[in-house]
Amino acid sequence: MRKVYTHIDQIVGPVITLRAKGVSYGELARIRTRDGGSTYAQVIKLKGEEVSLQVFAGSKGISTGDEVEFLGRQVQLDFSSDNLLGRTFNGVGEPIDSRPRLQGAEPIEIGGPSFNPSRRIIPSQMIQTGIPMIDMFNTLVKSQKLPIFSVAGEPYNELLARIALQAQADVIVLGGMGLKYDDYLYFRDQLASSKERTILFVHTAADPVVECMMVPDMALAAAERYATAGKDVLVLLTDMTAFADSMKEVAVAMEQIPANRGYPGDLYSQLASRYEKAVDIEGSGSITILAVTTMPGDDVTHPVPDNTGYITEGQFYLKGGVIDPFGSLSRLKQLVNGKTRPDHAPLMNAMIRLYDAARKVRQQQSMGFSVSTFDQHLLAYASEFETRMMDLAVNLSLVEQLDLGWEILANHFTEAQTTIPGKLLATWWPKNRAA
Amino acid sequence: MSTSSGHVQGVSGNMVTVAFSGDVRMNEVAFITLPDLGGEAVRLKAEALRLKAEVIRIRSGECDMQVFEDTRGIEVGAEVSFTGQLLAIELGPGLLSSTYDGLGNPLEALANRCGFFLQRGVYLPTLDRQRTWAWQPIARLGQRLSAGHALGTVPEAMFTHRIMVPFGIIGQVEVIDVAPPGDLTVDATVATVRVLATGEVRALTMVQEWPVKRPVSCYAERLLPSKPMTTRTRIVDAFFPVAEGGTACVPGPFGSGKTVFQQSVSRYAEADIVIIAACGERAGEVVETLREFPELIDPRTGRSLMERTIIICNTSSMPVAAREASVYTAITLAEYYRQMGLRALLLADSTSRWAQALREMSGRLEEIPGEEAFPAYLGSLIAAFYERANIVRLEDPNLGPSQGSVTTIGTVSPAGGNFEEPVTQSTLAVVGCFLGLTYARSYAKRFPAISPSESWSKYLERLRPALDAAYFPGWVDLVNRLQRLYIAGQKVGDQMKVVGEDDLAQADFERYLAAEFLDSVFMQQNAFSEVDSSPSNERTALLLKLTAQVVDHDFGFRSKDQARETFTELTATVRDWNLAAEGSEDYRTLLEKVHSRLNASAAARAA
Ligand SMILES: Nc1ncnc2c1ncn2[C@@H]1O[C@H](COP(=O)(O)OP(=O)(O)OP(=O)(O)O)[C@@H](O)[C@H]1O
Ligand SMILES: [Mg+2]
Repeated sequence: MRKVYTHIDQIVGPVITLRAKGVSYGELARIRTRDGGSTYAQVIKLKGEEVSLQVFAGSKGISTGDEVEFLGRQVQLDFSSDNLLGRTFNGVGEPIDSRPRLQGAEPIEIGGPSFNPSRRIIPSQMIQTGIPMIDMFNTLVKSQKLPIFSVAGEPYNELLARIALQAQADVIVLGGMGLKYDDYLYFRDQLASSKERTILFVHTAADPVVECMMVPDMALAAAERYATAGKDVLVLLTDMTAFADSMKEVAVAMEQIPANRGYPGDLYSQLASRYEKAVDIEGSGSITILAVTTMPGDDVTHPVPDNTGYITEGQFYLKGGVIDPFGSLSRLKQLVNGKTRPDHAPLMNAMIRLYDAARKVRQQQSMGFSVSTFDQHLLAYASEFETRMMDLAVNLSLVEQLDLGWEILANHFTEAQTTIPGKLLATWWPKNRAA
Repeated sequence: MSTSSGHVQGVSGNMVTVAFSGDVRMNEVAFITLPDLGGEAVRLKAEALRLKAEVIRIRSGECDMQVFEDTRGIEVGAEVSFTGQLLAIELGPGLLSSTYDGLGNPLEALANRCGFFLQRGVYLPTLDRQRTWAWQPIARLGQRLSAGHALGTVPEAMFTHRIMVPFGIIGQVEVIDVAPPGDLTVDATVATVRVLATGEVRALTMVQEWPVKRPVSCYAERLLPSKPMTTRTRIVDAFFPVAEGGTACVPGPFGSGKTVFQQSVSRYAEADIVIIAACGERAGEVVETLREFPELIDPRTGRSLMERTIIICNTSSMPVAAREASVYTAITLAEYYRQMGLRALLLADSTSRWAQALREMSGRLEEIPGEEAFPAYLGSLIAAFYERANIVRLEDPNLGPSQGSVTTIGTVSPAGGNFEEPVTQSTLAVVGCFLGLTYARSYAKRFPAISPSESWSKYLERLRPALDAAYFPGWVDLVNRLQRLYIAGQKVGDQMKVVGEDDLAQADFERYLAAEFLDSVFMQQNAFSEVDSSPSNERTALLLKLTAQVVDHDFGFRSKDQARETFTELTATVRDWNLAAEGSEDYRTLLEKVHSRLNASAAARAA
């Protein structure tokens, strides 16, 4: 028997409170508003008969006399492995692509339990993206969780879209949070060509805040289903700072004591429980997570990027339109760099070392110090490196990236100046290869 | 004590408020029954889902409990049954090589039962019930023993595992029966004793339970730490040594190398037993240990590293309340092996996640918050935790005297990498050794990124005799001198950033190069190189002497460029030597190269 109540006692922010019986923690409720509309809400606190719910569509226009019906179940996602692909949903899992509801779907739990650590395996395969600053310099590894730290205004969504189109993955799940409507349309159009392997969960900036909070759970619940069925799933989330801000909003409405700059004390655990869904399953599929995290005020010590950095396995820094080779790090790259080509790791290290040296020369030059001949070579190298490798428009296979790396080095340096071991130079230095 | 029952009154996150009748103890364990089983029951084929929880506050007929599971589905009115028992862990043979969650549930067995995902409400015994152990009695009939005294032993891996009179027994017991030698399961009765104070007769097995939040204190006396706990990380062992039975903390911003350092210590430290508490961090990092340790042979014992290791794994997506318990579970296991006269080393990564678990609970309890919303009692809980590290003298009537120890090294993850925050500060106030990792050093790839200027160890002087004996006479003096030399060189380096190189005096510039040399060849160390990751004491002693020789050497440089060139070359040579296996061709030639470079400049000056 379903329980229906018609008196709401309190409405604060997106949270409503009423008196009810036999309600369980986390339970889903439907609210029917006076104008005939309806929205969902979830129980987030029980205190005697006092029940607090977060209203997915926000409390705007909710009346104390609206009807609240408890549904006797938790928040779920309608899942169907065939019919989900190519579709677009909102944060609550309802289709928003003007196509009918899913047929033959099975409701699945979201925010499910964590993967048993003893059943994880050590990640061992790279994911090629065609982007040299990733593949060659900070390799993305299957089952890795990596944020893209970015200042507002950087082309992070373009980068995500490119990765979505080019990365080797069976299924791509995109979770948009606080997206500008234009960005939503951009993703929709960009990903149209690979529709058959893509699912979108979208919350736009105009949508209610609670729906934003649900997006990662929806996206990851779907991803988990595909991964346990043997698929390699790439989950792209943008922007996790909007997600954290939505949690902050609800926490404030609940009068929780903030820990750091208004964010709730469980921010770390909340972010971690999402990121830790990344997994490589023995004898089955995998989940890899790339998540844009914009840094308010370009401040990496802001609670959202800071807590994220403590959770993820490295980070990409998007700065000045490129992936910065110094601040960026893939902590798992050493697990795969040994297996690509023998020259990969030493070439990468040499190129970064020289680029770092060039950067120092640039600084000295700007302070008015004189520049030696070798310094001139460094500077020329740096600008070629930037245009031919760092530019996000570059799209090459890993083998092409490595070959290009050698070519650029040979354009500016002698073999000895690279300090790469002689054995490798004998095989890979362009002149030696031609001979 | 009779057990009580109650009903749920409220739920907020992982905190549940319960109205009870009868008596309830602080930190008592209770189970909450979930009324509607939904899909889970089908998967589990269980009778009912019962979630484990712990009492953390009691006020006028109601108690607040932290639930060790996801609380979704709990209803007001749900039944709660109290156990009368404090949160405890099973102790006995079979702990080594295992991986448990924060409450002591074996993760492998959970996976065998529930599959890929952890299921709430499933609790399995910590110790394997089927496995048998070769029991050897020690206690004699009629003998009077106290808590912690051995009744007998069983071999576990390379250790003689003492089966002891339970730590909770008060006063003496008289042995009235002892099982003869044989292969027994942990549940078999190995001895029967009469508790003298009460006259109660108790059948003892190889298993005892201990409440994790209470220190085990069945020892004759606590001793002053006087021996080093060698980690094989040079900068630590030489400049900021950790004492056996002492404590150290390792704070650092994300990505600065806390986990890599702890992983290195877990492999190479001179401990008998290593307990790894993966507390609220990444599951992936535990997997590396889990998959690699069984394959790695410890050269000192010839056995796999896993055989001396226990992993307590309550990673960041596992329930937060169990994370809070996990550090206590881990240190209780360390204390248990200490009671056998072994050197246990506890590595907790990261204690900040434990502190955050406390903060989350404190927020739900609506306590008055302290700094950054951490509870006001944070400092005293941290102090009490590190106080459980110690080195003790054990007296056993049959086995004689021995020493056992618990050494604790905890990482701290300060918000924003700022050491001024409450967890770092509370920890610094109580530990003996501070290994501060800095962003600047890790960004510059100077690993381990332990700051030579900010870190300190209170043990260096206290360990002087032991260190001088372990390395060479005068070791500590040399270390102190090099430390001063490093600081002096650093100052020049800072100055140089402002005035530029040209305006520096030649002698100052050489001082700077000497400090850089010391940093590059001795303080930095490649944790991923098979050779450099774990040098022997002899090799470290040799390297420190060699470093001193170079920095003390009078090269008679005529220009800064010349000085820089020489030091660059020497640095490269010694760094290569660090990677060369002892006894290899490179090992010899590179060492010769350094010496001949030193001799050459001496000869040049003489001429
Ligand atoms: N001793 C070392 N030698 C070489 N590289 C290192 C060393 N220590 C750390 N690193 C590099 O730094 C990365 C991060 O190290 P680690 O995971 O130990 O950081 P952490 O301080 O534990 O970070 P977090 O707080 O996010 O857990 C490693 O993946 C590795 O690339
Ligand atoms: Mg770490």
